Amino acid sequence: MKARAFLRWETALFVLLLLIAIVGAARTDGGFLAGQNLFYLGLDIGEIAIMALPLTLVIVAAEIDLSVASVLGLSSALIGALWNAGWALETILPLVLLVGAVCGAFNGVLVTRMGLPSLAVTIGTLALYRGLALIVLGDHAVADFPATYTRFGTTPLPGTPIPYPIALFAMLAVVFGLLLHATAFGRAVFALGANEEAARFSGIRVKRNKELLFILSGVLSALAGIVYTFRFSSARADNGTGLELAVVAAVLLGGVSIFGGRGTIGGVILAVLVLGALRNVLILADTSTEVLTVVTGLLLLASVLAPAIIQGILNRFKRPIEGAPS
Amino acid sequence: MNTSKTFISTFVTLSCTAALLTGCGKTTKSDSGGAPSASASAATNSAAPSASTAVANPSAPLAKDLKITFLPKKVNIPYFSVCETGAQKAAGSLGEQLKATGPSDASASSQVTYINTAAQQGQNALLIAANDSNAVAPALKAARARGMKVVAFDSDAAADARDVFINQAATEDIGVGQVKLISEAIKGSGEIAILSATANATNQNAWIAVMKKELAKPEYANVKLVDIAYGDDDDQISFTKTQGLLQAHPKLKGIISPTTIGVAAAARYLDSSEYKGKVAVTGVGTPNQLRKFIKNGTMTSFALWDPANLGYLATYAAVALASGQITGKPGEKFKAGDLGEYTIGPNSEVVLGPPIVFTKENIDKYDF
Repeated sequence: MKARAFLRWETALFVLLLLIAIVGAARTDGGFLAGQNLFYLGLDIGEIAIMALPLTLVIVAAEIDLSVASVLGLSSALIGALWNAGWALETILPLVLLVGAVCGAFNGVLVTRMGLPSLAVTIGTLALYRGLALIVLGDHAVADFPATYTRFGTTPLPGTPIPYPIALFAMLAVVFGLLLHATAFGRAVFALGANEEAARFSGIRVKRNKELLFILSGVLSALAGIVYTFRFSSARADNGTGLELAVVAAVLLGGVSIFGGRGTIGGVILAVLVLGALRNVLILADTSTEVLTVVTGLLLLASVLAPAIIQGILNRFKRPIEGAPS
Repeated sequence: MNTSKTFISTFVTLSCTAALLTGCGKTTKSDSGGAPSASASAATNSAAPSASTAVANPSAPLAKDLKITFLPKKVNIPYFSVCETGAQKAAGSLGEQLKATGPSDASASSQVTYINTAAQQGQNALLIAANDSNAVAPALKAARARGMKVVAFDSDAAADARDVFINQAATEDIGVGQVKLISEAIKGSGEIAILSATANATNQNAWIAVMKKELAKPEYANVKLVDIAYGDDDDQISFTKTQGLLQAHPKLKGIISPTTIGVAAAARYLDSSEYKGKVAVTGVGTPNQLRKFIKNGTMTSFALWDPANLGYLATYAAVALASGQITGKPGEKFKAGDLGEYTIGPNSEVVLGPPIVFTKENIDKYDF
């Protein structure tokens, strides 16, 4: 059992994160650990971290949502268009979150009521929501947001190197951690991913739970859109293009099984940090962009292979070694 | 399943509250006066010697061993690789260290990480071709507050976020030059059309406005602009739009396409059609893209600035800034090696000079 604890994927990720920090600090003369750099690192992973939380639940339930970055773009475009039209931000922001919920609900309805595979549905809505974003704002940028709001994306919490988006993420991470690992709803999510039929027979309301998951994903993607828009003080329809892959990568590296039924919020948080720290260190150490992409790809492969390797090692220990005196 | 409901509602409330934490009253566009937000924190701003207070010392010695970062829109674009060779040449002759870095995609925000990194590494200067003038502004302001000089080139960053902008060509020069080239190609009379990028591309629209003004002059009385098509800087769309222009205007004699993607697509269409040699095309393009069409007679000329010189001039400007010879104020002068002396113009812009006209005679001297 002891060996099992050491072989946990989360432990491996944690060790990897420490390694990156130690080697990174050495390679950059401590530059990596400077408060200002940690602040930049936090800013860089904010949106991905926020979107990875609900996506963890979605993937644990054996579904997927690839429309997250497009919802981010749509919410950014809406903020820009409504701001230009003279609306108040206090009205715009809740409305944008609501639109995110509607986008998520639409995904959910197509998946549950129509019985379509979520991969196909959300590849479709990936294009649909990005298209809507372009209709809403065209291809220009809106940038004249007031400093009272943009400072949340550009300054740290007073007296710390912690960016506001990361503080927000920390709160959300606690909520999602409890939701997945300490509530009946969370158990239902695991049950859905492990065996949907069995879950249905044990009285879990499959359709409604799945719809909720997609709605959560939509709302948090819209929230990520708000964060993104204020961080760059630039509302654009193409904001966050391609980010969905980074989010899925973080979730899978976090040890969540793509087939559902297995995964932890803690693992995903560690994975987001590992990917962010790695990127930050490699750029600080002047590594080329290509190396960065290759390393990320190898890490992902490792995360998919790891369970099989660990199982293999465990099996080795269980069997007496052949030819050894018993 | 009531727990889940409670959770969702708590959660939505929570995220709304988070977004509304500052919500005191109503924040609308009208009361912020449409002023761009000063995004770098005020605390760090005070540490920066701002251009308005610093005094230029034209006779200051040029600093050696400066660390300069070259940040293109994205890596692996031939055009920017040529800019970089010019920048390296200038850095080499001045004894500075220049390194290139950059994102693998040209999205609005992808450069920000690299700007932050350069500031973190204590680089003395940054040469940047901005993907989005506003998205990079907060990061640039924070970097300047830490003492880094910022020179924008090719595409400008927000004016209050950089020290100077090296403009590849004055809008006037490009517009006037394009009209002259097409007029020469169609012997001074006939219908012409423009194939632009997107309908709201800043550069292209400014150039088109100059072209229209130029065409109104008496010497172009017989050159008639009949249509403007938009190919959205997409090869396939531009190709189809060229076809459409020729079908809609049977008497069309020439096409101006002031975008590298559009001009290549237009030339490719003409090259493969019955109009080859009968309808002229000119535009803004790169020699490697268009060499074949110049050689086989599809086009006679096109224009572009020399990207190597653009990088060269940007580096000289960065070194002059970091050495204190200039501060970015209009009217200040600095020397740029082989290119001679430049004066900073309005809005802290420096114009590289008139574009190069590429023809059969000189195209083989260029490789980019």
